[in-house]
Amino acid sequence: MRHLLDFQGWTRGQVENILDTAKVMAEVLERPVKKVPALQGFTVATVFFEPSTRTRISFELAARRMSADVVSFTAQTSSLQKGESYKDTLLTLEAMGIDAYILRADSAGVPHQATRWVKGAVINGGDGRRAHPTQALLDAYTLLEALNTLEGKKIAIVGDILHSRVARSNVELLPLLGAEVWAAGPPTLLPQSLPGARLTPHLEEALEEADAVMVLRLQKERMEAGLIHLQDYIAHYQVTEKRLRKAKPHAFLLHPGPMNRDIELEGTLADSERSLVNRQVRNGLAVRMAVLYHLLVGREG
Amino acid sequence: MLLIKNVMLVDALGERGPADVLIGEGRILSLSGGKAERVLEGKGLLLAPGFLDLHAHLREPGQEVKEDLASGLLAAVRGGYTDVVSMPNTNPPVDTKEAVQALRKKAQALGLARLHPAAALTQGQEGKALTEAGLLKEAGASLLTDDGRTNEDAGILAAGLLQASAFGLPVAVHAEDASLRRGGVMNDGPLADLLGLPGNPPEAEAARIARDLEVLRYAVRRSHGKPHLHIQHLSTKRGLELVREAKGAGLPVTAEATPHHLTLTEEALRSLDPLYKVAPPLRTQEDLEALIEGLLDGTLDAIATDHAPHTQAEKEMDLLRAPFGIPSLEVAFPLLYTELHRKRGIPLKRLVELFTDGPRNILGLRPLHLEEGAEASLVLLDPKERPVDPRGFASKARFSPWAGWVLGGWPVLTLVEGRVVHQALG
Repeated sequence: MRHLLDFQGWTRGQVENILDTAKVMAEVLERPVKKVPALQGFTVATVFFEPSTRTRISFELAARRMSADVVSFTAQTSSLQKGESYKDTLLTLEAMGIDAYILRADSAGVPHQATRWVKGAVINGGDGRRAHPTQALLDAYTLLEALNTLEGKKIAIVGDILHSRVARSNVELLPLLGAEVWAAGPPTLLPQSLPGARLTPHLEEALEEADAVMVLRLQKERMEAGLIHLQDYIAHYQVTEKRLRKAKPHAFLLHPGPMNRDIELEGTLADSERSLVNRQVRNGLAVRMAVLYHLLVGREG
Repeated sequence: MLLIKNVMLVDALGERGPADVLIGEGRILSLSGGKAERVLEGKGLLLAPGFLDLHAHLREPGQEVKEDLASGLLAAVRGGYTDVVSMPNTNPPVDTKEAVQALRKKAQALGLARLHPAAALTQGQEGKALTEAGLLKEAGASLLTDDGRTNEDAGILAAGLLQASAFGLPVAVHAEDASLRRGGVMNDGPLADLLGLPGNPPEAEAARIARDLEVLRYAVRRSHGKPHLHIQHLSTKRGLELVREAKGAGLPVTAEATPHHLTLTEEALRSLDPLYKVAPPLRTQEDLEALIEGLLDGTLDAIATDHAPHTQAEKEMDLLRAPFGIPSLEVAFPLLYTELHRKRGIPLKRLVELFTDGPRNILGLRPLHLEEGAEASLVLLDPKERPVDPRGFASKARFSPWAGWVLGGWPVLTLVEGRVVHQALG
């Protein structure tokens, strides 16, 4: 594995390998001194052409916990605004000797393009609607922690599936680990098909006997584009205590954040004991450490 | 005088030969030899009438950084084209007789392929007020189109068809319902869903073709002349079916398909490479097969390149921002000679017709056949195979989805009225 772009062509073994390493990293994070020298001498760059403070901080902290040098580039402060291209930005960083690039962009495929231009490892930190693989890995890790196995488990993803890179990555990853994935959302926010998932406009069908429910953030711009009506969404797709009764007792709740409380999710549910939201954030660090470790130290070939 | 010996002839009438073609005074003087100052051995080569491209973006005026008349018309003759229709979506758009005249004058001075500028159907291509069809025709405009934009206002299109009909000008349309397409950058369907790219549905093309055919029906009923609607870069099976039905019903409609829609499918986008971003988008294998069927049964009248050069840096932007388009003047014929004729058995005669008489008919030009007395606008083709290398393109756009493809049928000599405008003989 040279890059982490999406999960096309991945095997279960490769995924389990990374999740096993993440477990080791999680132990490191429990220690009083939360730092190991694994990536000493490596330089990691976070290159965010689209703003995302939370993901960037998580990646940067992950790199620092392993003693890598970290540089960070965001579009707002850069020459990108002046018309410098993605390619030129990356080539400039390449000239400075970067070993791994964490790329975030609003357009699908930018990390794929980057692999043609730079020698370093490319990690997709979210590209348009395409993929957000480390989010899916941390979701899988968190689900495994809670459920022990994903074999035969039913996971429901609820919300704007069409525009969601989180949904796409989870739909690629979770079936690799044996899960049955359902995706539910309003018809205007549902793709025609996604390999590996059952799609339905009926929330109840997706929630029925689910072991865990992943709630996606509803974006305001979909309302502005006329694709949904907010009150209609709340009335039919909000994940509520009552609706969750369809799922298995104590079915777990996940959300990639940031949350719109009382829109996609009943506010009190987010703080209930079935919510894994905070664990997701914590596990994100361990998973990203594992990914960096595999790409930089454990590089095959 | 030029003599090409032992060459096989192919035009819309068929394949024949070998012949010894004597060329002089801008004409084919004889097909059975004669005395000449220059003699070429044509054994193993094919001679065809010069090609006409109905749809090239030469970017002049205004976007010469992408292409200009000199580079574009040189690319054309290297591709075997002796005649090129340039699209008017330049900056500013070509919407006046002065602009048409200026382009023609400049092209004539270059002495490469002959330019037949298309002019805008509406002023500024804004879709609001018609241009002056009669004056544009007199200045040398070959057709009217707002290509690059879609004609949202059916009434303006109807008026444009009526107006153009009085002067024998075809009206060409980019048939796509923009409101159904929204921000689509690739064919809408399971692959776009998987890749997370905004889809452009095939129904956007079919819906607009259906509307435009009704507008044409109206224009035919109201016109005292001969309205002619030409549908550009047809890409879908359904769109093709609509055109077939309309032709069957006797409506004066013609249509073209591009080399990329005939050789590539949406699968190319799996690489997430903006190189394959075109409008209309690359469709499915089923659509491609339907287009090939349409070439054979006459639903499609012409192959037109939609040669759309951009700078390398623009094409290396991300998929949402990179511009639509592929440059193809230099590879169109070898590509289809190899992929459609050699690999799929499409008769050479028909393929050549789609590059010659097909587009000539649309512009109301006389057929061009290889016979004594005919105008010597010709292309000599070498069936020998070699790989496509965009670094050697004359076009300023030196990228290609077919880079590395091994093709035969390369133009090695192009003549415009007997004058050598391209020569690449070994």
